[in-house]
Parts: sequence; C-alpha cells; structure tokens
Amino acid sequence: MWVSVAVPFGSILLAMVVGGIVLVISGNNPLTTYQNIVQASITQPGAFEQTLISMTPLLFTGLAAAVAFRMRVWNIGGEGQLYMGAVGASGVGLFLHSWPAPLVVLAMVVGGIIAGCLWAAIPGALRAYLNTNEILTSLMLNYVALQFTNYLIFGSHSYWRDVSSPEAQVFPSGKNLEASGNFPGLSIRSLVIPLGLMIGVGLAFVLWGMIRSTKYGFEMRVLGDSPRTAKYAGIRTRRKIMSVMVLSGGIAGLAGVSQVGDFNHVLDPRGMQQAGYGYTGIIVAALARYNPLAVILTSFLIGAITNAGFALQGPHFPTGLTGTLEGILLFCVLGAELFTRYRLRWRPTREAPSDRSPGTGSAIPQPALAGGTPGGEAP
Amino acid sequence: MDDGVAAVGQEPAVPSGGPPASAVPALAARGVSKWFPGVVANDEVTFEVRPGEIHALLGENGAGKTTLCNILTGLYRPDDGTVEVRGEEMRFRSPRDAFEAGIFMVHQHFTLVQPLTVAENVVLGWSRRKRLWFAPNKVEEEVAEIAERFHMRIDPGARIWQLSVGEQQRVEILKALYRGARILILDEPTAVLTPQEADQLAQTLREMANGGATIVFISHKLPEVLEVSDRVTVLRAGKVVGTVQTSDADARSLARMMVGRDVVLTCKDPRARPFGDTVLELSDVSAESDLGTPAVVDVSFELKGGEILGVAGVAGNGQRELAEVIAGERPHTSGRITIADHEQSGTPWEAIDAGLGYVPEERIGVGVAPGLTIADNLILKSYRENGNGFILHQREIQQNASDLIQRFDIMARGPKTRARELSGGNIQRLLLARELSGHPKALVAASPTRGLDVGATDSVRRLLVDSAEKGLGVLLISEDLEEIMDLTDRILVMYRGRVAGVVLREGADVERIGLMMSGMAS
Repeated sequence: MWVSVAVPFGSILLAMVVGGIVLVISGNNPLTTYQNIVQASITQPGAFEQTLISMTPLLFTGLAAAVAFRMRVWNIGGEGQLYMGAVGASGVGLFLHSWPAPLVVLAMVVGGIIAGCLWAAIPGALRAYLNTNEILTSLMLNYVALQFTNYLIFGSHSYWRDVSSPEAQVFPSGKNLEASGNFPGLSIRSLVIPLGLMIGVGLAFVLWGMIRSTKYGFEMRVLGDSPRTAKYAGIRTRRKIMSVMVLSGGIAGLAGVSQVGDFNHVLDPRGMQQAGYGYTGIIVAALARYNPLAVILTSFLIGAITNAGFALQGPHFPTGLTGTLEGILLFCVLGAELFTRYRLRWRPTREAPSDRSPGTGSAIPQPALAGGTPGGEAP
Repeated sequence: MDDGVAAVGQEPAVPSGGPPASAVPALAARGVSKWFPGVVANDEVTFEVRPGEIHALLGENGAGKTTLCNILTGLYRPDDGTVEVRGEEMRFRSPRDAFEAGIFMVHQHFTLVQPLTVAENVVLGWSRRKRLWFAPNKVEEEVAEIAERFHMRIDPGARIWQLSVGEQQRVEILKALYRGARILILDEPTAVLTPQEADQLAQTLREMANGGATIVFISHKLPEVLEVSDRVTVLRAGKVVGTVQTSDADARSLARMMVGRDVVLTCKDPRARPFGDTVLELSDVSAESDLGTPAVVDVSFELKGGEILGVAGVAGNGQRELAEVIAGERPHTSGRITIADHEQSGTPWEAIDAGLGYVPEERIGVGVAPGLTIADNLILKSYRENGNGFILHQREIQQNASDLIQRFDIMARGPKTRARELSGGNIQRLLLARELSGHPKALVAASPTRGLDVGATDSVRRLLVDSAEKGLGVLLISEDLEEIMDLTDRILVMYRGRVAGVVLREGADVERIGLMMSGMAS
C-alpha cells in the first residue's frame, strides 16, 4: 500500500532533480528557481489567490477527464465542452440578467452544465451505439466548438456579441454580464476563494463517494476494469458509456461556467483558446491517476506551476522552460507508474563458464523485469 | 542450422536399437531453478533427454512444466542452474539462440498467420533461401517433401484459416522440421485434437523420433503419456519427482507420482434421480461468429432441472458461441431460446433475471474482473438487489464475501484481495460461488475445469454434481471427453456449429463420439 503513496511523491522529487539539471544547463540556479516558483505561486502577496484562480478550471476539466478515463471512455473533448459550457452560462446570464442574483447564478450553472452535457452526448452516442472512436470524435468537436464561439463573437451579430457602441462594432467582443451574473466568492481575510473552486472541491468529494459506494459507481468500476465482465454481469454498457460521457461533459461545462461567472464575466473565445484548460485537464487527471480527490492536489500543482511560469518568464527564463519543467514532471510521474506494476530487479550476470574463477563474479548488473503483477501467479 | 532438414533425417548420432543410456544427452537441465514473486516455479530441476527419444514431461497444472520449457527454449532465463544441449552448456538470451541450437517449441496457442498459406507460414521469419524474394513454388515443393517424409497430410498451398486445428498443429511441426529442429518441444499438443487426430500426431512423433529427432512433450493426460513416450519425467510443485521408463510404469503409479498420493481415477457413480421441469430450451437457434460466418446452426435441445447435459466437440466447433448465445452475450440470428419459461430476446440481463448462471470459458476478464476485490466480484450479479436505492451496503458486501469464501473454500487473504492475485482454482471457485449462490435454475459451464489442477478439478466437478442433485440443470461444455463421460447424463456432440448427435451417457461408445466430433458419423 505504501507504494501507491511513496511512488508519486518520489517521482515528483525525481522530476525536481531532473528539472534541476535542465535548469543548470540553461544557466539558471535550480535552487533559486524553485524558490522563485514557490514565491510566485504561493508566498508572494496575491500569488496564492492567483494560483487558486489558475487551478479552478483545471480542477473541473481534470475531474471531467478522470471520471471518463477511469471507465476507459476517452473523452478528449473537455476543451470543447468547456467552450459550450461558457456559451450556455453566458447566454443564460445575459438573458436572465434582471432576475435576483442567486437565481441567475443557479441558472447559469444549470445552463452551462446542460450545454456541456449535450456537447459530450454527441461523441457519447456515437461511441455507444455506432462504436465510433470517441477519441477522434470528441477531439474534432473541440474545433467545431472553437469555431462556433468565434462565430458568436467575431463572425456574427449574435446575442452574445456586444454591438452597443461603434467601437464594439470595430473591435468585436462579448456582451458583459450584469452584476447579477457575477459569481460571489468566499472572502477569508484578504483571500477570496472563487465560488467555482468551492463547487469543484465539493464535486471532487461527491464523485469520489459516488465511485466508491454507489451502484452507479460500482458499474463504472466494473466497466473500467473489464468491459467484457461488465457485459457478462448484465450491465447495460452502452447506456453506461453514454451516461459517463454526458457526466464528464457536464463537469467540463462547469469549467466554462466558472470562467464566465467567476472571472471573465463575458464570453471570451480568444482567452479560453489560449488557456487550453481542457487539454491540461487531461494531464491533471493523469497525474492524479484518475482519482477525483487527487485531482484537487494535482490541479493545484499544475495551477501553481502555470501561475509561476507567468511570473518567471523574462529575458533569462524563456517560456519554453516552464513547459519543459511541466513535461519532465508529467514524464516522471507517469513513468513511475511502471514501478507500481512491475518490479525492477538488479542482479549480476552469471560468470561465463569459460573463466570460472570463484569470487570474481561479473560486476555488471543486469536489469530484469520480473513478473507481471506483484504477487501474481507464475505463468 | 545450415544443413537444414537434413539434421532430422540424417542425424547420425543414434545407433539402431533405441537410444542407449550412456549417450550424451541431447538436452539436459541441471539444477534449474526459477522464482517468480512468491512462487518457486522450478526448484533444482535436473533431467536429461536422450537423443532420439520421446520424453514426456508429466505434471499437474502449476507443477512447472511450462516454465521449464520456457527456460529450455530461451524465453526465460534460469535464476540458477544450467541448460545443456548435446553436452554443451548453453546460455540462451532469446528464443532465437535456442532455435539456433536446434530447439524448437510448438506452443499451445499456435503462432500462425491466418490469411497466409502453409508454405508462407513455414518460411515466415526464417528461410533456407537467403534471398530477397520469395519463390512460392520452390518453398511449397520443399514443404511438401518434408510433409511426405513424415507422412503428414497437408496441402502447402492451403491458407491457414481453411485448416482444422489438427492440421494447423501439423503446420507448426512442419515449421520446426523445415528449420532443421533437432529437439522439438510440444506444449500439451493433444489438448485441441480429436482422439483420432491425437493418434495421428503420436504416429508423426514416433516417425520423427525414429528419424533421429528428440521430442519432449508436456502433458497431464496419463493415457497418452503411456502410449507415446519412451520415458517420463514427473514434476510436482516445481520439483522433479522422478524419471521412469514408460514400459515400467502404469497409470496408477504415474498418478501417484504426479499428485503425491493415491488417486481415484474414475469417480463416477450412476445417479438415478428424477428430472424436473425444462429449465433451458433451444429450438433451431443459429448465431454468427465474430467474423460473421455461421457458428451455431439450427441447434435444438432441452435441458431439465437436475440433468447434466454434456456438450462435446473439438475446440472451435461452435461451443463457445453456443454458450455466449444462451447467456445473451451474442445475438441469435434465428430460433428461440427459453430459460425457465422466459423467452429471451438476447441480452445478458434478461438471461440473469430468468435464472441463468454462467461460468464462461474465459474466467479472468469475462467471468471475473481482475482488478476488483473478491467481495466486489462476488456481487457482480446481485448488486442491484444490494442495500436500497443508489447506495451499496459495504457491510452486507463484506459479510456476503466472508460467507462465500468459507462455504466455497476460496483460499485468499480476505474479501479485499484482488481477484487477479488468486490462483486458477480459486478464481473458478469464486466464480462458481457467485453463480451458484444466486440460486440459478440453469447453469451453463464452459470448460469449467480447463487449466485446473487435480484437486481443484475435483472440487469443481463435485460442486456441479451436487448442484444438479439439488435440481439445477447443468449444460457442461467441455473438450475433455473423459470429463463429459464421467459427469453427464446425456451427451450432445457439436461439429461445425451443428448438433452432430445426442447420445445417452449410459452405454455411450467413445469411439463413436470421436467420429461424431470429426463429422464422420451421426
């Protein structure tokens, strides 16, 4: 059991060492760089709050990916579902702006979830009933969603676009939400925790409990472990795949809701496209090994690194370097998975029969991958 | 192996009059040990195979036979001990090294490319002709020549998918001969053959041995070991129990060596009991294989409560598809399936609700989810009734698991052990525990004892018979004819997806069933 805790942390440590070597090669002092990262993401005034802001969308997209991947439903469409969630939430927020604020917030959340669900239902249905590869369809739909948001703001005089002033006609942008559609945050002293983050953390616990101890979650676990066993056990696998896809899309949609309601207060296609939260969410989920609770930690980690990256980059610290550090981290953590599945055994090769001299065994160790699963049966 | 097939035909090392005891062994293992995490697969195994002999490696499943052969053929490296070929110590780094030393293995699962011809498969990866292009006619000629020398009926131009399993096995052997193998290792070669095909294989092996080839074959079937081999080495729990001349041995003594105690070889007592109502009925049921070809054709039968109906046949004649169709996993294209008076439209949940238990051929990955715990696997079919509403009652699940682990004698650390950590026998007990505790009316058991050791086989058979005595209708699908003869009341023989015939077990003639299995009688 200790392996499942020690390995991820050990791999993060390893990533820091390898990353340190890269930093030295690129002419940076690793220790001060790491110190700067911690400062820029946590200890500086305002840095921690900024990290929380960066982590919020990643928490949702990470959960969306974790829930689907856990069941081996490869929803790569978190990005597009996020866009659609943002479209849904901003549309509802604009339309109902005169309602009381709590109702508008609730309606935006519901609207965004529904939009994300519907968008994910397309690849879900294709996979479940026509056996199409959902990786491709969900990925392609990201581009459709992207063009759709572009169209709403840049390509048409849609309901979402601000056409009130001559200036807005020339420089297209979305309509700003009224105050009623701005999500409240929880203020603790000077720190403001966004509503989206609170919903996300709560959702992580709900999903964890659901997978653990509901019948729905049990079916998910069976299907994720062995699809043929699920069919054998009489689980309606098609419906199940469809529903998990929709669930995943709804969660990704919440990321869009939070972007609009918590932070942007406007449908901002360019900003969302540059951030690419949907794709980063896949990394967040993979780092968490698809465990919803761990997603809280990994989204914080990636959020912090992203946040620090903005602060660090400058003439001596190219943007690419933060990306490299992120890549090394991912590589180490996923590579470490190997150690939880296999055992790497080092042993000296037996000496050659020709020069049999006791005591002077060959000093060259040789790796040998032993066994499939620990404690498994010998083949 | 530059001299190619000549190695087999013209091996000069064997003087006439059988292999002498003093000759340098063709193949030897000396103190070979192999450990896997938590398991000693081979423990100081020492045995010798003389040139030109047929040497049987006998042992229960899990005795270490396959591991040993994998070491002899370079697939595994021994943790200790050495392998010698013709007196020379070898250190194989890969199967290729072993093959270059003249050792070739015919695996249980064939390594043939279905759409290619026999000749193409034979030269795949290794050809005597070191040229860039492939001369089909020439190769076919060479292959035909070898086949003729060893009296193997095979068309070198035929495509693999057109061949029967027995013929495919011949292709594997041909491959070895073409490459000049001097030592041939066969892993359970008769498991997939009809009795007649097995006889033919024995003849081929004998001819090869007479031609100077050395043959090691793995088996756990006593009759064929007695019939085919010159000497027998018995393995038990990774250790060599002993090597004996086959002429000095009999079934009883070998069985004792294999199991370590006296065994009752036949356990069948005639059961006379009234059967109940029909619990499973098929009328004119047809279904397709994964490739869309007809796999089950117009199959009809009735199974009564308390009856054990055996389905015999050579592997691949529609038995697997038949089981899947009944369980609702494979749609039937025509006909009617009725389980306990509930007509089926062909979904697993309908079959389960109607009261069908199903022990699938593939236990891990179909019958059992390997990554889930024993407790979770035990509620696979009953979780819908567990607790109330959406939430599962953990305590109920654990209680259920503890009960069944005890009742069905599942050896495990506890309910939270993952299924993949269990041995084959315990996985089968887990599966049966779940299926039988659901009080089914009919049970489909597909090869329920395949791969299990004698002890586990015995307990599984006993469970089936006991359940039948309590009124359960059992459809026992098995390729092991002895098992079917031992346990069933009636025997249905399948050939090419059709019912070749149904006979009462009492007074059934094995020879005739064998002919039905190969489509030559009805």
